[in-house]
Amino acid sequence: MSELPLSATADAALQAAPATKARGYWATVGRRIMRDKVSTACALVLLLIFLSAILAPWLGLEDPYKGSMIRRLRHIGTTGYPLGTDELGRDMLARLVYGGRLSLVIGILPVILAFCFGTSLGIIAGYVGGKLNTAIMRTVDVFYAFPSVLLAIAISGALGAGILNSIVSLTVVFVPQITRVAESVTTGVRNMDFVEAARASGAGPFTIMRVHILGNVLGAIFVYATSLISVSMILAAGLSFLGLGTKPPEPEWGLMLNTLRTAIYVNPWVAALPGAMIFAVSICFNLLSDGLRSAMDIRN
Amino acid sequence: MLAYIARRIVYVVPIVISVALVCFLLVHITPGDPLVAVLPADASQELAAQLRAAYGFDRPLPVQFGLWLLRALHGDLGNSIATGRPVLAEVMRAVGNTVTLAIAAAIIGFTMGILLGLIAGYFRETWIDKVATSFAIAGVSVPHYWLGMLLVIIFSVQLNWLPAVGAGPSGSNSWAWDWAHLKYLVLPAITTSVIPMGIVTRTVRALTGDILSQDFVEALRAKGLRETGVFRHVIKNAAPTALAVMGLQLGYMLGGSILIETVFSWPGSGFLLNSAIFQRDLPLLQGTILILALFFVFLNLLVDIAQAAIDPRIKRG
Repeated sequence: MSELPLSATADAALQAAPATKARGYWATVGRRIMRDKVSTACALVLLLIFLSAILAPWLGLEDPYKGSMIRRLRHIGTTGYPLGTDELGRDMLARLVYGGRLSLVIGILPVILAFCFGTSLGIIAGYVGGKLNTAIMRTVDVFYAFPSVLLAIAISGALGAGILNSIVSLTVVFVPQITRVAESVTTGVRNMDFVEAARASGAGPFTIMRVHILGNVLGAIFVYATSLISVSMILAAGLSFLGLGTKPPEPEWGLMLNTLRTAIYVNPWVAALPGAMIFAVSICFNLLSDGLRSAMDIRN
Repeated sequence: MLAYIARRIVYVVPIVISVALVCFLLVHITPGDPLVAVLPADASQELAAQLRAAYGFDRPLPVQFGLWLLRALHGDLGNSIATGRPVLAEVMRAVGNTVTLAIAAAIIGFTMGILLGLIAGYFRETWIDKVATSFAIAGVSVPHYWLGMLLVIIFSVQLNWLPAVGAGPSGSNSWAWDWAHLKYLVLPAITTSVIPMGIVTRTVRALTGDILSQDFVEALRAKGLRETGVFRHVIKNAAPTALAVMGLQLGYMLGGSILIETVFSWPGSGFLLNSAIFQRDLPLLQGTILILALFFVFLNLLVDIAQAAIDPRIKRG
């Protein structure tokens, strides 16, 4: 009976533990991001652009498809058309807001798709190793032999114009890049003791990859993927700018920039507006990705 | 060193063959018959079959690839469907203009990048650093085709200082290094230079910061070396990595010039690629991409060898 007080103390210590529990990793990262002024500002700008794109039909904007020959290329600040009108007399504000819908999807979806494929391929290559690793990583090397802009345009150009083709070609560009990062972080983790322990306790390779590896490598891959969104936005709009993505009369920033090119002698500043939107989204994602990177680097 | 170079070259061979395979397959992922661009719409079945045999499209794919590769090795990339001229000659003429643009952009972008990077790394966490880093982030985030349009709006439309499009005064059909031609180069070169400027700035800033925080710098200062002397050590230590990054950027400028060349109607390889895509000129598309990708592969090889040659820390064994 003499052990009783001891076990009681242990029990008490166990019960007290949750109260003094340290904040979780992601909570710490979140707090660090919130404290960073630049990241917060970028997050707010992006939130505004995303919300207005999603809520576009309920914002009481003009019809983005309805043009009029008598009010073409109005200047910024014209009554009724705060951002002017385009070469077919369509309201620029409405087209820029609606344009976000397509532009954001074709810019961000390739990175999300590449994140899924690339992470799976990279973890399998890194964990299984051997011949499979060689096969996957040598294939990745081939895609690295092309400058990414050239590869995107080559695939889009061969497949032909279209939103789906532009998403496919950008996904193909980003998969190898994410696979390389995923493979290298996985090789760093695979020989650690906790993986060895999981294997010793009888976990199968799939369980180990899903439960033990994924959680430990996902953060690093995620940060890398967020840094690709900015490039992806520029390239996706670039493909549309070349005429390889969206087709008229769909409002999309890259395509709008292209069709307004002819208007730079008449109304240059209206013609430049769609590019400013691409720039704003791209720079905000870049700064946010930098902020996330330093917030996740807990050692600092 | 020679053994290292030999091994690197051997390693490039499978890459070159795979790159050729990707370029070859590009034509076969195109929807529809690859003959569609050459075949008149009202062609008979027999004519189609004849042409298919003439182009070798009736053979199995691996045989087609083998034959295509063999011809490509002899410099025969077929004829352009649009002009009928040999693809290789068309591409090489255009590549010359792209090289001119890339070199001009490299001079601007690398000089700016190295200067901004060194200053930012040296004055880390001060307002000077913040200004330089903002430049760098803007450089890598700006849609360069839009920046090109802005520059045209400001310097051609509003101020009328520089021409908006083209690569020389009318009547001139080859490039020359005089002011009449150079003024056509200014805007495209500045536009092309912003991405490498941003990336070189970031790289050099990180390198400078890392090197300055190492112990040997402390030792150099302790023995009484002036800051200019310390700086020389920083540059020597940063050079190999910075050089590698710049080499890669030069490759990106050569291969990724299509958007800027389209904005400025600059008659380079990107402009050629653009017209090949929209005229469905598949041999020209294939040939341009193959040659640009090969340029990129060999530039990477050169960068690797140069880096190993100047950096004694890299293991060559």
